[in-house]
Amino acid sequence: MFSTDKSPGALPAVLGVMAIAVFAMVLLRIHDQWGLLALGVIAGIALLLAVRTGAAAHFERAFAAHERLMNGVVVVAFLGVIAVLAKQDFSLLILSTVLLYCVACMGLSVQLGYCGVMNFAGAAFFGAGAYTAAVVGGHTGLPHLLVVVAGGIVAGLLGSVLLLPVLRTRGHYAALITVAFGILFRSFLEVNNTLGGPQGLTVPGMSIFGWSLNKGLAIGGITLSFYVNYALVTLALAIVVYVVTRRLERSWVGMHFDAVRIDELAASTFGLNVQGLKIMAFVIGNVFAGMAGAVFAMMTGFISPTDFDFPTSLVLIAIIMLGGIGNLWGILPAAAFVLILPEKLQFIQEYRFLLYAGAVILVLLYRPAGLFPRRLRRHFPAKAVSRT
Amino acid sequence: MDIGFLAQYVLSGIMLGVVYAMVAVGFTLYFGVLDVINFSHGDVLTAGAFVSLATYLGLRATGIDSPVVVLTIMLAVALATMALLGVLIAKFFVLPLRHAPPFITLLITLMIGIAIRESIRLFYPSGSNPQSFPQLLPKTAYHWGNLIVRQDTLILIVTGLVVIALVNLFINRTRAGLAIRAVAQDGETAKVMGINFEWVVLLAFALGSALAALAGVMNGLYYNEVNFGTGLMLGIIGFCAAVVGGLGNIYGAILGGFLFAFLQTIVVVAVPSLTAYKDVFAFGVIILLMVIKPTGMIGEVSSERV
Repeated sequence: MFSTDKSPGALPAVLGVMAIAVFAMVLLRIHDQWGLLALGVIAGIALLLAVRTGAAAHFERAFAAHERLMNGVVVVAFLGVIAVLAKQDFSLLILSTVLLYCVACMGLSVQLGYCGVMNFAGAAFFGAGAYTAAVVGGHTGLPHLLVVVAGGIVAGLLGSVLLLPVLRTRGHYAALITVAFGILFRSFLEVNNTLGGPQGLTVPGMSIFGWSLNKGLAIGGITLSFYVNYALVTLALAIVVYVVTRRLERSWVGMHFDAVRIDELAASTFGLNVQGLKIMAFVIGNVFAGMAGAVFAMMTGFISPTDFDFPTSLVLIAIIMLGGIGNLWGILPAAAFVLILPEKLQFIQEYRFLLYAGAVILVLLYRPAGLFPRRLRRHFPAKAVSRT
Repeated sequence: MDIGFLAQYVLSGIMLGVVYAMVAVGFTLYFGVLDVINFSHGDVLTAGAFVSLATYLGLRATGIDSPVVVLTIMLAVALATMALLGVLIAKFFVLPLRHAPPFITLLITLMIGIAIRESIRLFYPSGSNPQSFPQLLPKTAYHWGNLIVRQDTLILIVTGLVVIALVNLFINRTRAGLAIRAVAQDGETAKVMGINFEWVVLLAFALGSALAALAGVMNGLYYNEVNFGTGLMLGIIGFCAAVVGGLGNIYGAILGGFLFAFLQTIVVVAVPSLTAYKDVFAFGVIILLMVIKPTGMIGEVSSERV
């Protein structure tokens, strides 16, 4: 390696990711409440130690310095977790749901985190994709990969209806538009009998090139859970969306987004097309949410309006808020925290919304930029580290 | 259509409008003094209804059953506790974040709303089921052809209109109201003029939250039912009404409240087959109105300071 003493080696980052992966495996596997409690305590102590001894900061630096390598390591870690859980239906379902929420939240990050466009109707666009999958997947022969794309397109088009109001209004007035739209969407689904009304719709399982995902893979005489297939597909989707979002963030478009978010007026005086950029962010974000929704629908096999109501939109916002607005890597732990914890600890299942609300209130009061705030832009991440 | 039926719809529309307007006035008060949206407002309304319900159950247990006495105590308790709750929310969550981006305040009040709503659901005895609200107002009905007017409806409408008028007088004719308007216009200058800024903000929150509690009790008396989610929808409608009317403007809020009620009612009257879509229609029209008038019907005249 050509790393100097200032540039950290990749080892701490790799070890860190491995530790987190092992933690995730154990967390997803055990069901015993006392075991979970013990795990929570161990994780808490480990986290505290990591922060106190500076290991966490070291991990972060190493992660940033070896980004390409680490992206690969994370994917491998995910594959490892999936492999270990290969026979556990429920754990894999949770894992896939976390990944899909991450995809939707990356969409919200583009809107809110990069460009500063408010969207309190995230669940509506997620739902638009899901209902598209139900209708198109159930009644036409469109290949299912295209159904996912169709879900994204429909969500994007639906969002386009809101473009004019969102662009013409600002601040609280813009927030109203998306809140009203979220309520309108849910209320429309509830009363529209063609789309199943309050009972919802069943959605056919996904099949790609004739390979039905609802059949478990059989490898060497062992039949794996069919959720392995969905976990792999959602992982693939998450990777694609992550790469696109990262590329976007680091391109000139991402810089323009930042400018619009920080000061719209200043951005426009420098000749940026503020409206165009906002449209772009809003549509891209909704497309991501719609694609996640389409896969979600095909994975769960059943959707109803309650899956896409206003509180769900708030959960999406809570995730990006907890993770740190605009920080893509923050989304994963936040989504895992918000989604896995209530599923695992049955006694808090009832209290989950109360706990989310409490957690977000505390974060807002004491760390208004989120738990893992987005770092300032560094134009040449690797070089910047080795030169300083 | 028969004139009696039409009058019936008009009456129920006015009833809805009164409740919406009361909620919307709260939103507009908060926005006026602090430029914030307090999204917990709707859930404060629910909490008010539940507190009054609990008071009613308590009073019944002690054997007091004169409806007037019971209702007075219920209202006093509900209004006082909610005013206090409003003050607490302002003091500990909204004021400390005064200099944070508006998005943060919006989010924190949304989360406080969820916390209130979930607390009612979880900690009120069988709180996840709808609770029946007592009928305390006389139910005598008058008939004019097809129009049936119940006394309780009339009392509620008159109460609502009188309260809205009183709030209006308070804002426009008293010293405290003057202070609220001064802070709304320019907080910094108001401070320089010797107005106790924090006190005014807390007063506005107390007033708005007490109004929400009153709206909650009225809503309960009208439908004879409350549930933990009552305030969610009423809060969102009140917010829409305040925004469409023009945030920070009390007449705008009243206008917006009645407009929303009108939109919901007009669908039921004009196209009965689309009754189920009345909310879809109303919210759709609201979004459309925002396109035409991006800062509300009685919009604040604002130019951006750079």
